[in-house]
Amino acid sequence: MNIEVNNKIIQAQEGDTILDALKRNGMSVPTLCHMKDLFPSGACRMCVVEMEGSRNLVTACSYPATEGMKIKTHSDRVIHARKTIIELLLSNHPDDCLYCIRNNHCELQTLAAKHNITERRISGKKNDYKLDISSASIVRDPAKCILCGRCVRVCEEVEGVSAIDFSGRGNKTVIETAFRKGMNVSSCINCGQCITVCPTGALDEFAHFKEIHTAINDPKKRVVVQHAPSISITIAEEFGLAAGTNVIGVMNAALRKIGFDVVFDSSFTADLTIMEESAELIHRIQNGGVLPMFTSCCPGWVKYAEQAHPELLPNLSSCKSPQQMMGALIKGFYAEKEGIKPEDIYSVGIMPCTAKKFEAQREEMTHNGITDVDAVLTTRELAKLIRLYGIDIHSLQPELTDNPLGTRSSAGKLFGASGGVMEAAIRTAYFKLTGEEMIEYKVETIRQDKLRREMSLNVAGLDLNVAVVTTFLELERLLKDIKSGKSKAQFIEVMACPQGCISGGGQPIVPSPEAIKQRRMALYDIDDKSAIRASHQNPFIIQLYNEYLGEPLGEKSHHYLHTHYHERDVLL
Amino acid sequence: MTEQTKELAGCAAILEKHPGEGRDSLIPILQEIQENHGYLSEAAIVAVGKHLKLPTSKIYGVATFYNQFRFQPVGKYHIQVCRGTACHVLGSLSVLEHLEKEIKLKKGNTSKDGLFSIEVVACIGACGLAPVISINGEFHAKVSPERIKKIVNDLRRNHE
Repeated sequence: MNIEVNNKIIQAQEGDTILDALKRNGMSVPTLCHMKDLFPSGACRMCVVEMEGSRNLVTACSYPATEGMKIKTHSDRVIHARKTIIELLLSNHPDDCLYCIRNNHCELQTLAAKHNITERRISGKKNDYKLDISSASIVRDPAKCILCGRCVRVCEEVEGVSAIDFSGRGNKTVIETAFRKGMNVSSCINCGQCITVCPTGALDEFAHFKEIHTAINDPKKRVVVQHAPSISITIAEEFGLAAGTNVIGVMNAALRKIGFDVVFDSSFTADLTIMEESAELIHRIQNGGVLPMFTSCCPGWVKYAEQAHPELLPNLSSCKSPQQMMGALIKGFYAEKEGIKPEDIYSVGIMPCTAKKFEAQREEMTHNGITDVDAVLTTRELAKLIRLYGIDIHSLQPELTDNPLGTRSSAGKLFGASGGVMEAAIRTAYFKLTGEEMIEYKVETIRQDKLRREMSLNVAGLDLNVAVVTTFLELERLLKDIKSGKSKAQFIEVMACPQGCISGGGQPIVPSPEAIKQRRMALYDIDDKSAIRASHQNPFIIQLYNEYLGEPLGEKSHHYLHTHYHERDVLL
Repeated sequence: MTEQTKELAGCAAILEKHPGEGRDSLIPILQEIQENHGYLSEAAIVAVGKHLKLPTSKIYGVATFYNQFRFQPVGKYHIQVCRGTACHVLGSLSVLEHLEKEIKLKKGNTSKDGLFSIEVVACIGACGLAPVISINGEFHAKVSPERIKKIVNDLRRNHE
């Protein structure tokens, strides 16, 4: 199909919107509310174009391309309309870009600059809303909200949570939780997907900057940091490197330059999770325990289960997440080994996830009143910290993580992508059941780019049906299928974010799905090239069990590595 | 039976009349509940959400979109202030402001002692009497700030 754009003929496909056709041909119009793969809402009107034969401008995001249509994307009339829209959005916007967390990363700011808006032409009554700082993970500033609706849609149509929605009408419209009671009593699972789609500074993580700074500058504190599997392959994007570049060595060096005394790798405790979780799974299968068993490393999922499916809590693995296992080991095992008091350690997690901030402050994640993980930084916050300290990551020499909690197998590293926990668990469960290693570690079915992947394996005469699922919209479908008998899954990996941690709410904000694919490929590449590809082969894991923990599911394991869940009363 | 359990029982009775219905019956259900209890309580909205399988945030969003829904019970004296065109021209804004000052209550709310509630309405069809307010359905014509003071004082005295 041919359409004429700015006097040139371009090709469009059946079912394309004007916006799709433009993108296919390397052209673009600005958008503020558009979200790939979701039904266009046409709320922001930024993408308007002039169409011959139409009296009004039409929205490119929602208008279907038709044979022979003639459109102009940047005519005087179009530019004027877009400029006016931005001016109207700015008319009640707080003018505090300099103090805004999104300064230089704000889509509204960028568009205003692109359209050469240098003065306030329209002034309206300023929005006067209070900050919502009730959540441990996410801060909402409705005054900066332009009501594009992306956060509402990602929460409802991608995640399936619906913690927030438009409330009120007209110029009193504001995005709010139910009864305006605040995020902490809402059904928000802290995944932070809303932050990654917000075009302005209306949503951000709850920062743990100051506490960390104080700890680093306290000579009495030993500051121990752990970084999650996906951080080393996503932080590069914050420094202008290609998506998927692995900078683990440089990141270790940067962390030490900042002043962290010890650098551990959460991929190590991911390996430990696999040891415990696979033992738990086999125990449940062989002893008629509660099945299906669900993974429990995603704190978003754990909260979702607690509030929406309390009946499933016995089905959740009792294993803590890698972050919390590491936290418990740092203030238990490591403190003992080094002869320091747990209260003299300040433990920091660097996570791709805002929900990890919530997880770290859970009551269960303490020993004798001391929190296992004191503060959590997202990938974005770590990048800010590196910039604050003026560290040029391009000129650093790579360094290794510290032992005994810093050596990983590539199975632990795979935790960073959806399906990774499953692949790692299969490798170790296979070994535990057969006494042999798998011939081919890679499980292609699980690496498919879908919200749900199911397969069945036969290991040593034992039939094992597994499923990997992301987002709660898909999880609800899976639960229905299990109820109706359509799915026979016995072991289920659940992650809140669409592609797992690599697309987590704390990751660098990228406009393209291509970047997220690159992140995933980078993890698979690391796995392909690794010498140790299964958790049970990790020599430091073996040593930890020999020296300290004893057996998986043993007494010490239960004390440090396992937890329990409780029903949560929130506004569903 | 406490007020809340009574209300929830009433709410359950209303929901029973709408078995297996979807989101399209949300507004009629909310209207029915409000008609019965005078307002939409948090517990009622949660119950409706469970019944229709809708998130409370969504129901709250719908309910706040329409002026007709209230989230607090009305006061013993429910004062409706007309802000229609004729009343506006004859000074209803000043009437409203004086009323808010006199009973120390913002529009759309109910006073803590449950005595007063103020609602702003678009037009109550008595333009000839503008500016007009209605207290529990009884119209007060051509009100002025001075008369507001007297009306409120009379109501307070009545109550005592």
